[in-house]
Amino acid sequence: MSVIVYIETQDQEIKKSSLEVASYGRAIADAQETSLVAVTFGLENGSALKQYGVDTIINVPTEGEQYFNADRYSTTLAKIADNEGAKLLIISSSANGRYLGPIVATKFQSTYFSNVIGLPLSYDPLTVKRSCFTNKAFNQSTSQKARVVISLSSNSFGIIEKDGKGDLKTAEYAASTCDLRVESVEKSSNKVSIADAEIVISGGRGLKGPENWHLIEDLATVLGAATACSKPVSDMGWRPHSEHVGQTGKPVASNLYIAIGVSGAIQHLAGINSSKVKVVINNDPEAPFFKAADYGIVGDAFEVVPELISKLKVLKGA
Amino acid sequence: MTHRHFFINFVQNNLFMKILVCISTVPDTTSKINFVNQNQAFDTQGVTFIINPNDEFGLTRAIWFQQKEGADVTVVTVGDSSCEPILRKCLAIGADRAIRIDATPMDGFYVASQLSELAKKETYDLIITGRESIDYNGGMVGGILATFLGLPYLANCNGLEKDGTTFNLEREMDGGKELLKASFPIVIGAQKGLVEEKDLIIPNMRGIMQARQKPLEVVPAVNLEAGSSIESFEKPPAKGPVKLVDSSNIDGLIDLLQNEAKVL
Repeated sequence: MSVIVYIETQDQEIKKSSLEVASYGRAIADAQETSLVAVTFGLENGSALKQYGVDTIINVPTEGEQYFNADRYSTTLAKIADNEGAKLLIISSSANGRYLGPIVATKFQSTYFSNVIGLPLSYDPLTVKRSCFTNKAFNQSTSQKARVVISLSSNSFGIIEKDGKGDLKTAEYAASTCDLRVESVEKSSNKVSIADAEIVISGGRGLKGPENWHLIEDLATVLGAATACSKPVSDMGWRPHSEHVGQTGKPVASNLYIAIGVSGAIQHLAGINSSKVKVVINNDPEAPFFKAADYGIVGDAFEVVPELISKLKVLKGA
Repeated sequence: MTHRHFFINFVQNNLFMKILVCISTVPDTTSKINFVNQNQAFDTQGVTFIINPNDEFGLTRAIWFQQKEGADVTVVTVGDSSCEPILRKCLAIGADRAIRIDATPMDGFYVASQLSELAKKETYDLIITGRESIDYNGGMVGGILATFLGLPYLANCNGLEKDGTTFNLEREMDGGKELLKASFPIVIGAQKGLVEEKDLIIPNMRGIMQARQKPLEVVPAVNLEAGSSIESFEKPPAKGPVKLVDSSNIDGLIDLLQNEAKVL
């Protein structure tokens, strides 16, 4: 009845959100005095997972298929979890994780809990704490079924190094059950994706036009951050839709979120609520963002941001 | 021409696409979030309910197919009679008919199970759910529904075009987008990008009048178990006030982020 974790990779690298999932899985396996099994797809060498408490690393060769496949991944995972006699399967809250969650949960005949923000409060029956109302509230949910799939909110548990057994195995890739084919993938030109970023720098209408976005980009570069924007900015076409964060855009759960010239409409705040530390730079002291932020500067972005960039460059030795 | 050929021609001539749009009724974004009954229920006092925004993007795309090529659009919700104004609004926006499954939505699994029982009775070419509701943010109904029906599911769908009996689809992912193809039928998790905010339809008087004449069918729920139950709700502790730093004191801000917040 081992605990199973689904590990996501990109270009043969394990994603940080998946290291968090492994650490979380280890803690649960310890609480239940059982072993931790990680499942990877098309990963040539998963032995690094041993350092994050994984006892068995099962790689599924994907026969040259290079794209994420929710159908085949979910069937494969459900089958492995079944074979292992597992009751708990844990996945990240990445876009692919949240895509996979309800499908694998149904195939595994289990309850699906998304937005889980910590270790289970009890195991029999399984009760977890989840965020809801776009992070304006939490609830305690209890599963009616013995089997549960948990999608862990990013940055809610942390990455913990701990030795596992690290045995390597392989499993068979399940056949396709439906007709949905990926034709191509277009990677965005941004160096860091909003979902994977520790720091996100976001710009709003206060920047006056797309020609001033070098302020956001330069600050992001010096901090290794992702760039984002408010809804009006993407609606006006200053920035691509993929950068829009907020209720109808992308969710952000970074460690640090710096909002520049963003007023902080409730729909925007709904999307960034789960970021740990929020900083606002805005020339309007009445901007609602000041109520939501941890640190703020009332000032002209065109003066404050260049100075911030040059000081951070010195600090980072760039 | 046999009956089957006639049917295939119908589909290929784009005259026959049947779309089911699953609607969730959610509190307006600006609502105060409070709980009652010893924190066991959401306080609906003074709350305005709206169509879940992700569902509305999906519905608007469905209406586009209806207006361009005569698709037939049914909206469905799982809920009590208090959801009917939202269904009437969907009809006023342009849906052809509405169905209310008369049940209290217990959890995402329960809702998906009810929807699946209903969807099995008809042949829909396209089933649209929102990528997630803005209240429980579960993001699960579409995926569970599709799996129950044995259909493919595409989450975070922000592009949908029809080409004969095939769909060209787009999925927003972390750090890029995916372009896909699927044949009928499919279930999608709709989001912004399927249509833009400016494309959303505000019902006019004619639409509202017509909506009153359109069928709103109430069907009994199927006897099913929920997958989970909510024991209690809580709100996060109140946040302290913002720490303001003078705009001439950038070093002060950097110091706070480095040594107090420890995020640099």
